[in-house]
Amino acid sequence: MKKMMCFLAFFLPGVALAAGGSVHLDKAPIDLTDKASLQRGAQLFMNYCLGCHSMKYQRYQRSFQDLGIPDELGQEYLQFTGEKVSDYITRAMPEEAAAGWFGAAPPDLTLVARVRGEDWIYTYLRSFYVDESRPFGVNNTVFPEVGMPHVLQPLQGTPTRTYEEQMVDGEMVKRYVGIKSDGTGAMSPDEYDQAVADIVNFLEYTGEPAKLESHKIGKWVLIFIAVLFVFVYLLKKEYWREVH
Amino acid sequence: MSNVSVDATESAHNENQPENNTRRRFLTVATSVVGGVGVVGAAVPFIASWNPSAKAKAAGADVEVDISGIEPGQLVRVMWRSKPVWIVRRTPEILEELGAHEDKLKDPNSEAEQQPAFAQNRFRSMKEEYLILVGICTHLGCSPQHLKDGAFEEVVEGVPDGFFCPCHGSKFDMAGRVFQNVPAPLNLVVPPYQFVDDNNIIIGSEAEAV
Amino acid sequence: MNAFLGWIEERIPMMRVANMHALQYPAPKNMNFWYVFGFLATIVLVNQIVTGIWLTMNFVPSSEGAFASVEYIMREIDYGWIIRYMHSTGASAFFIVVYLHMFRGMIYGSYQKPRELLWVFGMFIYLALMAEAFMGYVLPWGQMSYWGAQVIVSLFGAIPVVGPDLVIWLQGDYVISGATLNRFFALHVIALPLVIVILVFLHIIALHEVGSNNPDGIAIKHKKGSLPESEKTKYEIHEYYTSKYDIADDVLPFFPHIVLKDLVAFCVFLALFTYVLFFAPEMGGKFLEHPNFEIANPLKTPEYIFPVWYFTPFYAILKAVPDKLFGVLAMFGAIAALFALPWLDRGRVKSWRYRCGLHKVNLIVFAIVFIFLGYLGGTPQENWKIIASQVATVMYFGFFIALFLYSKNENTKPVPERISK
Repeated sequence: MKKMMCFLAFFLPGVALAAGGSVHLDKAPIDLTDKASLQRGAQLFMNYCLGCHSMKYQRYQRSFQDLGIPDELGQEYLQFTGEKVSDYITRAMPEEAAAGWFGAAPPDLTLVARVRGEDWIYTYLRSFYVDESRPFGVNNTVFPEVGMPHVLQPLQGTPTRTYEEQMVDGEMVKRYVGIKSDGTGAMSPDEYDQAVADIVNFLEYTGEPAKLESHKIGKWVLIFIAVLFVFVYLLKKEYWREVH
Repeated sequence: MSNVSVDATESAHNENQPENNTRRRFLTVATSVVGGVGVVGAAVPFIASWNPSAKAKAAGADVEVDISGIEPGQLVRVMWRSKPVWIVRRTPEILEELGAHEDKLKDPNSEAEQQPAFAQNRFRSMKEEYLILVGICTHLGCSPQHLKDGAFEEVVEGVPDGFFCPCHGSKFDMAGRVFQNVPAPLNLVVPPYQFVDDNNIIIGSEAEAV
Repeated sequence: MNAFLGWIEERIPMMRVANMHALQYPAPKNMNFWYVFGFLATIVLVNQIVTGIWLTMNFVPSSEGAFASVEYIMREIDYGWIIRYMHSTGASAFFIVVYLHMFRGMIYGSYQKPRELLWVFGMFIYLALMAEAFMGYVLPWGQMSYWGAQVIVSLFGAIPVVGPDLVIWLQGDYVISGATLNRFFALHVIALPLVIVILVFLHIIALHEVGSNNPDGIAIKHKKGSLPESEKTKYEIHEYYTSKYDIADDVLPFFPHIVLKDLVAFCVFLALFTYVLFFAPEMGGKFLEHPNFEIANPLKTPEYIFPVWYFTPFYAILKAVPDKLFGVLAMFGAIAALFALPWLDRGRVKSWRYRCGLHKVNLIVFAIVFIFLGYLGGTPQENWKIIASQVATVMYFGFFIALFLYSKNENTKPVPERISK
């Protein structure tokens, strides 16, 4: 009976979350054929994320090849600690320190797009807001109590949950109007959204580098099967003509 | 009833037979051909998956070596494709001696293809001073010892320096050329390599032709 | 050439076996769409074995290396991703095909005498397949691999007295760990595939001994001497059958007619299979569950734990019963009921075409309930779902009880003597 209770306890948080309603997720503008976007995303990732998060199932060389980046350029702009082009994308942070500094070790991000989905990551990176009660001074509406600092703050500026006084049914009501930046970042809101889209695009690619090739091959395989079907069908009909 | 109807149906078949047969044969062959193409296509991923993976290619990649610190007469060992590669900085005496014992060698002119084109000479190297060899005996794969400063005279009279394989007694000179009357049949392999500049070489590939 | 073949035939009866079981095997000529799934199941089995062998060439069966080795196959082995997706899509395809194959058996009464043992062999294959798929899913060592194993193995703890010790023995450790992974690897790669192949072989032997059923559920083999020449088949059927029976003009030789029919079905199947493989291998998280792209973490439980879709109906039945032991018994009872089908159905008429309307309704409702249970077992829990799964569970078992009750004195339609047309 106790085991059954534990068993059910796994589901109750799920029930709560399901009942409470999950956060609305914005649609991430993914385009894996947009190499420029992928390259920008790669650069942003290496500059802002690689300090803490590894991508240890992917080799640099694979990303360079698929994104159309020559090895020398890739080494110059995307590799900072003297690794070889054929090395796996490991993080700078020492493994032992990771959990100690952040509570939980920052997870590897090679497959994060396949675990969380691109919409989740896109919304998440645009949902940080100032919260003095947190260790790094920020919280996140998509991932409450997250242990991650807002590493993209230099780009976005300082984001706060903004309320506006609005007249509703003859009364002045304070309405939540979303997270807004104070404008001190290097990018405008649109530019920031694009930067995040680029990162998410890059993460989507990294989750499954073979995806575009898969679609290409799949198209031809299906055409071949259609041709094969015609022949097999005609052959079957030919032999079955005599059957009544 | 039985016989008549059987004949009727059979003759109905016979009337249609010639046309049917040609069509039937064509369709069978055509379908088999298309099907065969499909089988070959399906086999491609399985066969291709046996190619060296990215990991194997990374491990087998070219190795860059800084040779500026090698003293004259010294041998430096590096690993390339899990094999030992020797880099020897030969002295002028060694280079001169190379021509003196050619009557004792099996393949003094390196006619067997154990080296890239640039190494098909007495010195078996791109620059005379530096000898680069794969340090694996061409007999059964042991790694020979470098005997220098006269120590090689014990195994070959009159030749002060060379390589001696302890496993079965094969002997090679300071250009990796194999002596007569030893088990090893061929000269030591010279790997492809190139000089990036005077101080650095890359083992594993030759420079692209200009 | 003929001399060479004759030399072989004297020593091992290749041609005789080929004729008996393929070239001159009598198949009913009215076998319809429902009859392709046995053939497709064999194709998928071959696919799983071949792609499985290839995956084993690069998979590392240790808790440290398993997850990384799967990504290594996906990224660094040439076309490794195709082989992986063939295997994962094939696993789900196997169950789709097998469930349709079983349903065919149910609607046409293919489990009735003399095919009871054929049905039982099939059920053993189904059991072995479920064990095989369960262990296979643990191997990538993702979050769902780990936690799914955790939940299912812990069910054995419900067994009185020996339960907890049994769980530790199965795990090979105090928790699911590398020891569990290693033994599941051995069982998944060698032990169960051998068992499945042997069972499939026996399944086909049993089928050929009694002959195939057909959508009308009527016999195509008649007592020797009972048919006039005009009604016997014109095709060359092997004497193993013709010496014992008069084979009616209701059959076609398996080769080439049925083989060609199956090949057409195979093309359709292949189109669907390759579409999924190249364009939607995850199938929205149903074939490859999203949490499984995260490495197993014993300290972090996923938000939702579901088994893969093909287990979800039984998972719903398990969850529907509040008590752990009875939930386990209900889950296994659901499968046991299927085993007992040949004896629960006391009717003599095989095909639903000629049975009472209630039987048709019963079968269709059963299918709907099974799918609905799958939905309930594979989605997050909600309050209404608790009652719904209990009702659905009762209806699931209700199928068998109802069948037992009405099949004794059923109002059946007259069954034709011969296959029409």
